[in-house]
Amino acid sequence: MIRRIWLRFTDGLDGPLMAILGMLMACGLAAVYSASTEHFFSQLANLTVAFTIMWLMAQVPPQKLQNYALPVYLLGLALLLAVALFGDVSKGARRWLHVGPTRIQPSEMMKIAMPLMLAWYFAQRETAIRYRDFLVAAVLLLVPVALIAKQPDLGTAILVVAAGFYVIFLAGLPWKVMAVLAAGAGAAAPFAWNMMHGYQKRRILTLLDPTSDPLGAGYHIIQSTIAVGSGGFLGKGWLHGTQTHLEFIPERHTDFIFAVFSEEFGLIGNTLLLVLYTALIARGLMIASKAATFFGRMLAGAVTLIFFTYAFVNMGMVTGILPVVGVPLPFISYGGTALVTLFLGVGILMSIHRNRMLVQK
Amino acid sequence: MHFHQPEDQIFRFRRRLAVAVGFVVVCFSVLFARFFWLQVVQQSYYQTRAEENRIALLPIVPNRGLIVDRNGEVLSNNYSAYTLEITPSKVPNLEATIDELAKEVSIEAKDRKRFKRLMEENKNFDSLAIRNRLSDEEVARFIARRYRFPGVEIKARLFRNYPQGALASHLVGYISRINDRDQEKIEDDDQEDNYEGTEYFGKTGLEQKYEYALHGETGFEQVEVDSGGRAVRALSRIPPVPGANLHLTVDLKLQEIAEKAFGDNKGALVAIEPSTGGILALVSMPGFDPSLFVDGIDPQNWRDLNESPDRPMVNRAINGAYPPGSTFKPYMALAALELGKRSPSQTISDPGFFDFGGHKFRDDKPGGHGTVDMYKSIVVSCDTYYYRLANDLGIENIAGFMAPFGFGSPTGVDIEGEGRGILPSAEWKMKRFKQKWYPGETVSIGIGQGYNAYTPIQIAQAVATLANNGVMFRPHIVNYIENSKTGARTYMEPKPVRTIALKPENLEFIKHAMEGVNQEGGTGGQVFKGAGYTSAGKTGTAQVIGIKANEKYSAAHTAKEHRDHGLFIAFAPVDKPRIAVAALVENGGFGAQSAAPIVRQVLDYYLLGKVPGAPAVLPAKPAAPAPGDDDQESD
Repeated sequence: MIRRIWLRFTDGLDGPLMAILGMLMACGLAAVYSASTEHFFSQLANLTVAFTIMWLMAQVPPQKLQNYALPVYLLGLALLLAVALFGDVSKGARRWLHVGPTRIQPSEMMKIAMPLMLAWYFAQRETAIRYRDFLVAAVLLLVPVALIAKQPDLGTAILVVAAGFYVIFLAGLPWKVMAVLAAGAGAAAPFAWNMMHGYQKRRILTLLDPTSDPLGAGYHIIQSTIAVGSGGFLGKGWLHGTQTHLEFIPERHTDFIFAVFSEEFGLIGNTLLLVLYTALIARGLMIASKAATFFGRMLAGAVTLIFFTYAFVNMGMVTGILPVVGVPLPFISYGGTALVTLFLGVGILMSIHRNRMLVQK
Repeated sequence: MHFHQPEDQIFRFRRRLAVAVGFVVVCFSVLFARFFWLQVVQQSYYQTRAEENRIALLPIVPNRGLIVDRNGEVLSNNYSAYTLEITPSKVPNLEATIDELAKEVSIEAKDRKRFKRLMEENKNFDSLAIRNRLSDEEVARFIARRYRFPGVEIKARLFRNYPQGALASHLVGYISRINDRDQEKIEDDDQEDNYEGTEYFGKTGLEQKYEYALHGETGFEQVEVDSGGRAVRALSRIPPVPGANLHLTVDLKLQEIAEKAFGDNKGALVAIEPSTGGILALVSMPGFDPSLFVDGIDPQNWRDLNESPDRPMVNRAINGAYPPGSTFKPYMALAALELGKRSPSQTISDPGFFDFGGHKFRDDKPGGHGTVDMYKSIVVSCDTYYYRLANDLGIENIAGFMAPFGFGSPTGVDIEGEGRGILPSAEWKMKRFKQKWYPGETVSIGIGQGYNAYTPIQIAQAVATLANNGVMFRPHIVNYIENSKTGARTYMEPKPVRTIALKPENLEFIKHAMEGVNQEGGTGGQVFKGAGYTSAGKTGTAQVIGIKANEKYSAAHTAKEHRDHGLFIAFAPVDKPRIAVAALVENGGFGAQSAAPIVRQVLDYYLLGKVPGAPAVLPAKPAAPAPGDDDQESD
C-alpha cells in the first residue's frame, strides 16, 4: 500500500533531474541559512509549494499543455496591460497587481507562458514554417516584452526575450536572419541606450568601472566581487563569510546569494555549482532531443536554456562581468515566485520526458 | 498531433541543440575563468580588501595631562561628556539626516554652522560632532532610534576644562580643534600616528609648548566592524598612555593676587625665584577665558576678543616691548662702577637739565636735585646724573654691559611667542634703519628711554640676575613633568645660563641703593612703608609719546592711551632674595603710584602670606603727585 503510494508519487518524476535538484536545493538552503537565517524556514515552505506545483505539472501531458498555451499567453498579456494601467508602484517600478488579498507579478508568468505560446505556434506550422511565421513569433514575443521593459523590469524582460528567442532559434530561425538581427541590434544599441532609465544606464556604466561610484551603484559589485575573491580556493567555511555576516553584501539572500555561497565555499563550491547546472542543462537538453513531438522538443529546449540564462546572468552579475539586473540564482536564491516558475519549468521537462514514448506505443 | 516527423527535421533540431550546448559551454567556461581569476589569481588582493572592510583600527585617544601649580592647584583638567557624531562619508544625505536627528536631540542653527565649519576644516577626520554635551535624556532618546541613523554615533569624549577661568590664561593658553597648520606641524614632527583620532591641539601658552608631553600616547583597538561601521567585537587592544602632568613653579594664589592687584588696568607682571629662574607669577592683563576656544569659539566672542582695544589676546608679559624707564638706572650705575667710569662718592651738580651741544635734556624735577652722588641718583631717580653717565659711557659700552643681563634677547621661557625687545647699539641702528648712531641718542638711553624696549619678562630676568649676584637662570614655568602612569618626574633642571662677573662690592652698593628706594626718602618709600621685610626696588616711568624739549608732561592733558607706563622692579628680602618682580601698568602714570603698589601686594603675600583687601591700583587719575611726595617723585 505504502509502496503503491510511493510509486504513484514518484511516477513521472525524473530520477536524474530529482538528484540534481536535490543537490542544488541543499546548496541553496545552506546559503540562505547563512545569508539570512530568519528566511530559512519560509524558503523551506516555498520549496514545498514549488515542489508540489512541479509534481502536479509533471502529471499534465504535453498535449494538454499545448491546449493551454494560447489562453495562458492571452491571460498573461491582459494582466501585463492591467499592471501598466492599475499596477502598484514599488521602488520606482510598476510590477505588481492586486488580486483580492494578494498581489501578483504577471511578468513572472510570461517566463513560462512565452515559450509555451511560441512552441505551440510553431508546432501548428511544423511542416511548413515560413519567414512570415518568424515575424509573427517576433511580434508575439516583443509585445509583452515591451510591456515588461516599460515597468521597468530589465531582468525579467531579458529572461522573457531569451525564452522566446530560444524557441524561435530551435524552430530553425535561419542563420542569415540571425546575422541581420545581430547587425541590427548593434546599430540600434545607441537608441536603446537613450530609452533606458537612469538607473539602468548607471548599472551598465558601473559595470565598466565600479570604482566610479563606490558608495552608490558600484557598491554592490565591489562588495560582491570582494566576497567572491576573498573566498579563495576552499572558501571561508559555512557561516564564516565575513562579507556576508558583517552585512557588506547587499541583497545577500536574494539576487546576490551567489556571493554568499562563493565566499563560504570558494572555487570548489562554485565549480560544484557549475557542474550541477551543467548537469541540469545536459539532462534538459537530452529530454528535449528525445521528446516525442516538435512542440515538446522546442518547449523542453527553451525551458532548459532559460535555466542556463538565469544561472549565467546571475553569476555573471555577481562576479562583475554583467550589469546588475534583477535575476535570481535558479533554485538557490530566496523567493517564492521565482522558485514556482523554475519548478514549473522542471515539471514541464518531466512531463515531456514521461511522454517521450507516446509515439512508439 | 504529428506522429511522424521528418528525419531531417529532428536532425536539424539536434544540430541547433548542439549549437546551444556549445554556447552554454562557452558561457560557463567564461564564468569559470572569472571564478579562477577572482578566487585564485586575485585571492590575496580580495582577501586584503575583505579584511580592510572587516577590521577597523580605532585609535584610543589618551587623556590629556593636567596642569597644576606648585601647590597642586588645578589649572587645566578634563571632564567627560557625550557627543553626537556623524561620519559624513557614511551618510548619503547629510542635510536630511541632520534634519531627522534634530527631531531626536536639539540641534540649533549654530550647531549646524559649527558642523559645516568642522567639515571644511577637517576633511581628514571621519567622525565629526554635530552636538557636544548631550544630556542623559538625549543620549537615551538617540540610542533607542540609532538603527535609523547609520553613520551616526554617540561617543563619550573628554573635554578640556579650565577651572580657573581667565586666571593665568596667558600662561596656561588653550587647546582647540586641530587645523591645517597644526596638521602640518604634526606631520613635520612625525606624530601622525600618535595623533590619529586626536582632535585638539595646544594653541598658546603651556598647552602649546608642552603639547606632545600633555598629549600622551594614543592606544589602538582592532575591532571587527559591520557595513554600517559599527563595532561588532574587539579583536585586540593596545591601551593608550595618558599625557604627562605639568607641575608648575607658579604659585596660583600669588598669580591671583597679582592679577587682582591690576584692577581694570592693562599691564604685565613677572615674578621669578632668583635662585632657580622658576616663574612664580606671570601676569598679562587683561586675560581671556580659555574655555571659549575648546569647542570652537563662536564668531561673536572671537570678534570681541580680537577687536577689543585692550587686546586681551596679547601676552604682554612676554610679547609686549616697553621702554624700561628709570628701572634701567641701577644697571647703568652698575655699568659705571664695573667699567670704572664713576665711583659711588663722585657727585654731580644737577641744575635740572643736561646740556648736550645746546640741546637741553630735562630732569623731571624742575630746578634739579642739587648735589647728587650715585646712591642718591638711584634713590631719588635723578635723570641728569644718568644723561651725563650715558654720554660718558657711550652706547657701545652700555650695550655691551646690558646684553649679558638678557636685555634685548629672548629669555627662552617655556611658552611660545616671546618678543626680542630692543637693546640699542650702533650696530642695531645700522641694521634697523641703515643709519649711523648719533652721540646725542645715547643720552636718553641712560634713563631707559630712547630706542630701549624690553619685554616685562626680560626686565624681570634682569632683576632676578641682579638679586642673584649675576648668576642668571632661564625663566621657566614648568617645575617638573610627571609621568601620569609611573609617577616619574622629569625636572626642568635649573642650570645657570651664565654668571656675569661682577665685583661683590659694586653689587652690594647697587642693592643697597635699591633698598634705599623703598625706604623713607626713596621713590618707593611711601609704598613700602611698614613692609615688615627688607626689599630693594626701583620705580620707572616710560614715556609713550615723545615730549618736546621745552614741554612739560602733564597727565591731565594727555589722552589715556598716551599716558606714561608705570614700572616697578623689586626683589626681597634684600640679603637672601626669594622673589624678584617686574611690574608694568600700561598708561598707569608714575611707576611709584601704579606699579609699586601692585608689587607691594605681591611681596606681602609671597613673603608674609598677607592677602590684600582691594586692588592695588585704581585706574590712574590724571592728578598731580600728592603734596609732600613732590621732592621724591622725580620720575
